[in-house]
Amino acid sequence: MTLNTFKSAILSVLFLATSFSGFANENSDPQEDKEFNAKDMIMHHVKDAHEFHIITLNEGKEDQKDISIPLPIILWTDNGLVTFMSSEFHHDDTGHTIVEKDGMKFVKSHEKIYQLNADAHAVEFDSEHHPTNAVAPLDFSITRNVFMMWVSIVVLLLIFIGAARRYKKSEDNVPTGIAGFIEPLVVFVRDEIAKPMIGEKKYRRYMPYLLTVFFFIWINNIFGLIPILNGANLSGNIAFTMTLALFTFIITTFSGNKNYWKHIFWMPGVPVPMKIFLMPIELIGIFTKPISLMIRLFANITAGHIIILALMSLIFIFKTVAVAPVSVAFSLFIGIIEIVVTAIQAYIFTVLSALYFGMATEEEHH
Amino acid sequence: MDLITPGFGLVFWTAITFLCLLFILRKFAWKPILGAVEDREEGIKKALASAENARKEMENLHADNERILNEARAEREALLKEAREIKSKMIADAKDEAQAQASKIIEQAQAAIESEKKAAMTELKNHVATLSLDIAEKVVREELSNKDKQIQLVESMLGEAILN
Repeated sequence: MTLNTFKSAILSVLFLATSFSGFANENSDPQEDKEFNAKDMIMHHVKDAHEFHIITLNEGKEDQKDISIPLPIILWTDNGLVTFMSSEFHHDDTGHTIVEKDGMKFVKSHEKIYQLNADAHAVEFDSEHHPTNAVAPLDFSITRNVFMMWVSIVVLLLIFIGAARRYKKSEDNVPTGIAGFIEPLVVFVRDEIAKPMIGEKKYRRYMPYLLTVFFFIWINNIFGLIPILNGANLSGNIAFTMTLALFTFIITTFSGNKNYWKHIFWMPGVPVPMKIFLMPIELIGIFTKPISLMIRLFANITAGHIIILALMSLIFIFKTVAVAPVSVAFSLFIGIIEIVVTAIQAYIFTVLSALYFGMATEEEHH
Repeated sequence: MDLITPGFGLVFWTAITFLCLLFILRKFAWKPILGAVEDREEGIKKALASAENARKEMENLHADNERILNEARAEREALLKEAREIKSKMIADAKDEAQAQASKIIEQAQAAIESEKKAAMTELKNHVATLSLDIAEKVVREELSNKDKQIQLVESMLGEAILN
């Protein structure tokens, strides 16, 4: 009985999805039907944006309507700070709609904001895609990714401070409610990541960082998978992974003890020529470790998004509904793998960070 | 290319947000949660240790009991053995004593019998001697009361005596 209901539910969802895509195809007028560009669509979803775009109604018609959540744009220009809402661009991403603020003209082109020169009316690029008549101010905008990051922060704080309160309430430190769900994860980070990688004596110092990084990455990986949030691909953004890798690099470098530096500059236990040979290699190793962290997380998450979007694009590339079941089935399959990957990548980032801290603080042993 | 060039704004906001998150969570979440977990683990460890101690104490007590019981048993055994030994020794002693006494008595009796016998023999001898003398006297008196007989005797004696 339940199996049948389940089956019919799945089938109806599939049918709904296929009919929608068919509908989307038929809806656009043939003469205005632009060639579907999968690369642009995918890049648009994977990259950051200055507004939270939800849906475009009546695309290509007179009464085209974009529904989106405007986000604040914060720019640091030569004349100081400039702020305005992204809605002032009227969803234009081609660099034609000009927003004038404090006597400066701004346009948005491919999710980049340019400050036009006084006489220009639209941004123009040379062959190397450098703007010829505009400069790019420092962009501190609250973009889609920053916004989602803050949403994830609120969720994290709610979960973990809520969990911490549970312990205060109970007399004998018994985890109840959300704490019962959180505690195994926290204990996992402590017993399976921090303790084996750093060691029983020193792991305590690094626990806050490891726990924060683990849950921060994990929750943002998960948020990136939720389609209704328009796939704010925060943990698949290289700026985000670079920042976190930088933190790991800074902590590793500053907690490096004598033994750690000795292993880098004057490897003990090998002949002198080997010591000289190893020094540059080890020196490069200091930097390749955080760089590998950065690229691993970025590439894994972005690749997952691109695969799902590419599978979905098949429907529009082949312009047939018949591909839809295949696309949906494959994206569902990749989506399930991605759910696992969210946790695995958070785990790997944390484990490797802990490993680097452990290497930096390892005591000399013979 | 945009995809792999980090945007400065996002780096900036990520750094600030992450640091804030780190400090807030460290103070309000990780410290209480880890503290509670560690407290509880400590408590469990202590409880287990005290349980182990109690078990050991029980074991000790049990061993003590066993030991005392064994000692008591051994003592009883020893006492019994001793008593048995004393008993057998007493019996043996008594036997020896009795034997010695008996043999002494027997010896004395034998000695007495011997001396009695000797006395009786002596008396008997004396008696026989007196009796013989009496008889001999009487016989001689009888013999010599009659002249004929006296002569006869002398003659026989003479006859017996061969003159060389």
